[in-house]
Amino acid sequence: MATLSAQISACPACVAAPAAESLAARAERPAGLVLTLPTAHCAACIADVERVLERQPGVRSARVNLTQRRVSIEADKAVTAEGMIAVLAGIGYPAHELDPGLLSTTQTDRRGRDLLMRLGVAGFAMMNIMLLSVAVWSGAEAATRDLFHWISAMIALPVLAFSGQPFFSSAWAALKARRLGMDVPISLALILASSMSLYETYAGGEHAYFDAAVSLCFFLLAGRYLDFRSRALARSAAEELAALEVPRATRIAEGREETVAVADLRPGDLVLVRPGGRMPADGVVAEGASELDRSLLTGETLPVGVAGGDRVSTGEVNLTGPLTLRVTAAGRDSSLHRMADLVAVAETARTRYTSVADRMARAYAPVVHILALAAFGLWMWRTGGDLRHALNVAAAVLIITCPCALALAVPAVVTSASGRLFRKGLLVKDGTALERLAEVDTIVFDKTGTLTMGAPEADNLSDMSQDVLSLAAALAAASAHPLARALSAAIERTGITAARVSDLREVPGFGVEGEWRGAPIRLGRAAWVGAAASDMTATYLRIGTKSATAFTFSDQLRPGAAEVVAGLQAQGKHIMLLSGDAATPVAALADRLGIVDWRAGVLPAEKAAVVAGMSDAGQRVLMVGDGLNDTAALAGAHVSISPASALDAARVASDIVLLGQDLSPIADALRIAQLARLRIRENFSLSIGYNLLAVPIAFLGLATPLIAALAMSLSSVTVSLNALRLR
Amino acid sequence: MEILVYLIPVSLFLGGLGLVAFLWTLRHRQYDDPDGDGQRILTGDWDDHPKP
Repeated sequence: MATLSAQISACPACVAAPAAESLAARAERPAGLVLTLPTAHCAACIADVERVLERQPGVRSARVNLTQRRVSIEADKAVTAEGMIAVLAGIGYPAHELDPGLLSTTQTDRRGRDLLMRLGVAGFAMMNIMLLSVAVWSGAEAATRDLFHWISAMIALPVLAFSGQPFFSSAWAALKARRLGMDVPISLALILASSMSLYETYAGGEHAYFDAAVSLCFFLLAGRYLDFRSRALARSAAEELAALEVPRATRIAEGREETVAVADLRPGDLVLVRPGGRMPADGVVAEGASELDRSLLTGETLPVGVAGGDRVSTGEVNLTGPLTLRVTAAGRDSSLHRMADLVAVAETARTRYTSVADRMARAYAPVVHILALAAFGLWMWRTGGDLRHALNVAAAVLIITCPCALALAVPAVVTSASGRLFRKGLLVKDGTALERLAEVDTIVFDKTGTLTMGAPEADNLSDMSQDVLSLAAALAAASAHPLARALSAAIERTGITAARVSDLREVPGFGVEGEWRGAPIRLGRAAWVGAAASDMTATYLRIGTKSATAFTFSDQLRPGAAEVVAGLQAQGKHIMLLSGDAATPVAALADRLGIVDWRAGVLPAEKAAVVAGMSDAGQRVLMVGDGLNDTAALAGAHVSISPASALDAARVASDIVLLGQDLSPIADALRIAQLARLRIRENFSLSIGYNLLAVPIAFLGLATPLIAALAMSLSSVTVSLNALRLR
Repeated sequence: MEILVYLIPVSLFLGGLGLVAFLWTLRHRQYDDPDGDGQRILTGDWDDHPKP
């Protein structure tokens, strides 16, 4: 099903075949569809979407999840994602299909719920133990204190064994790999504190740290859960967006057509590509003539005509006539794969970015251990070998230095920031993307499909007479070519009806011809019509023997493009436009948006090289692009954004996906990222400040469970509140 | 201090009750869509009887 939504379907048959197969494959599963709804935001949206979907035949139930901006549909098998997307588009909600194999979604659900359950158990245990601890702190003596300690132990030990599992298992994994992650000191603190407290309780001692151990566990779990939640949300939505690649091809063997997987194509095979289909391999046209849309590969907006003997590359879209190709390179050797190799090179070239949290953890974990060990050694020496006292002090040092607030410092801010970005329609896929976004000083835009919609729009209709327009409308309506479609839609909007033209016939690769009042008329390519080709995107109309009229097209600007460029320039960023398209349209767009630095006709490898060159020069580049030709540059840039309409490969290579049509959230994203970085730094200073106050106390053996509890809760609460200020 | 004999079990019981309630809400997926649930109370649909 996933491959379906993406096919540009001009021929019903080539869509129906894989549809039937995937339907058969899914027959035994209950039919559930999940669509993302990037623009849903209020109670009315929920009601609209659910009401409309539930009115569709075959739909049993529809439920919107506003937190995740999704709708899950329970429906009969005949209901397809495309149908539902069309219905939603009809009421003004753009939607994308998510992987209908809900397996991974339910798995992350289960993991999230598991963490939440441990968090809840730790929370309730913490409250109960605190209740008892308050009595001890306020001066319970002897037998009463011992009783309270015993009850605390009875609650704390099983709770720690249950709730602490995520830390224990990851600490164990780290130790096995001979690393010292943050979970090792955490586990050590939990185990040492609870066993020392158990011994103290048994010996009737004064101090037991059960409350501290459980609240430590609670706060750490809270950080872990926030972290998990923001990552799970991003991952599931970004990776499950249905793939655009077509994995099947129609091979002609011994005069018969057969559907084969693209991976099975060999050089020399004959392949049929119908209009609307994507080239499954590199090849030479053996039969037929057509026009190709190369915009996703090269950024060119102008369709390119091909006929027998011309070379075509994988991924180009066939527009008008059926083509038979002789495959010259398939699979690993095809140009698409060479592009993928380029991406792999760019990805290894991107210096592996370590997040602030990782750097902190790496520096902090040894400090915690050394401090605890030093405290233990010091007190062993000072007390002349009092193991119990030395261990108690070491446990207190571990508990207090344990990175409670540190564990919350980053996730709390990241959750709050990515939540805010998500509401603006930006999906943060990578945890460190926000940090990297905050450092950006240069923004590189792609043109076709990024700053523009990638769809042509007729722009000189007002110069034409009504007769010409009505004839053009009649001819254009007969073709599925994107320029023809755009032309007929534009003329329809002016309210002019099409003239009656007889003998309408499409000549694949050239245009449409017909007869009107005895005169032949043609709409199509310049050479075919007999006109001088201009360097603008254009189609030409000739009536009888009169000279041809040119309809010129320009690419429609993406909403928010002007705002985002202006906004970023106002923030003092350097903006650059890199396009694979011809110089004229690129210059026109750069001029319209006020971009000074632009380059046209840039090859994919050059894009990556330009970005790499700027990175080497010390600039932090944000790349915004959508095509295959941008993929290597996206992967090589410091941080990258692609729109949801981008090719799969481009979306995978980028760190942030723009869910809506509008580009303007990008300017906000930069601002929010800088704000988030500021908050993260504040949080680190706050939690380190608390430690600087509390560690000397613990080190000198003056710490009491009350001080430990106060230091821990206060720092965690301040850090969380500080993160919330971001909203 | 004999009152403790009652108070401690009472506090443990109340804490346990809270925990059970939490686990119940968790099992009924009440944390899956906090934003949506907050918005849903604003619509007039299904005000008079629950959704079948």
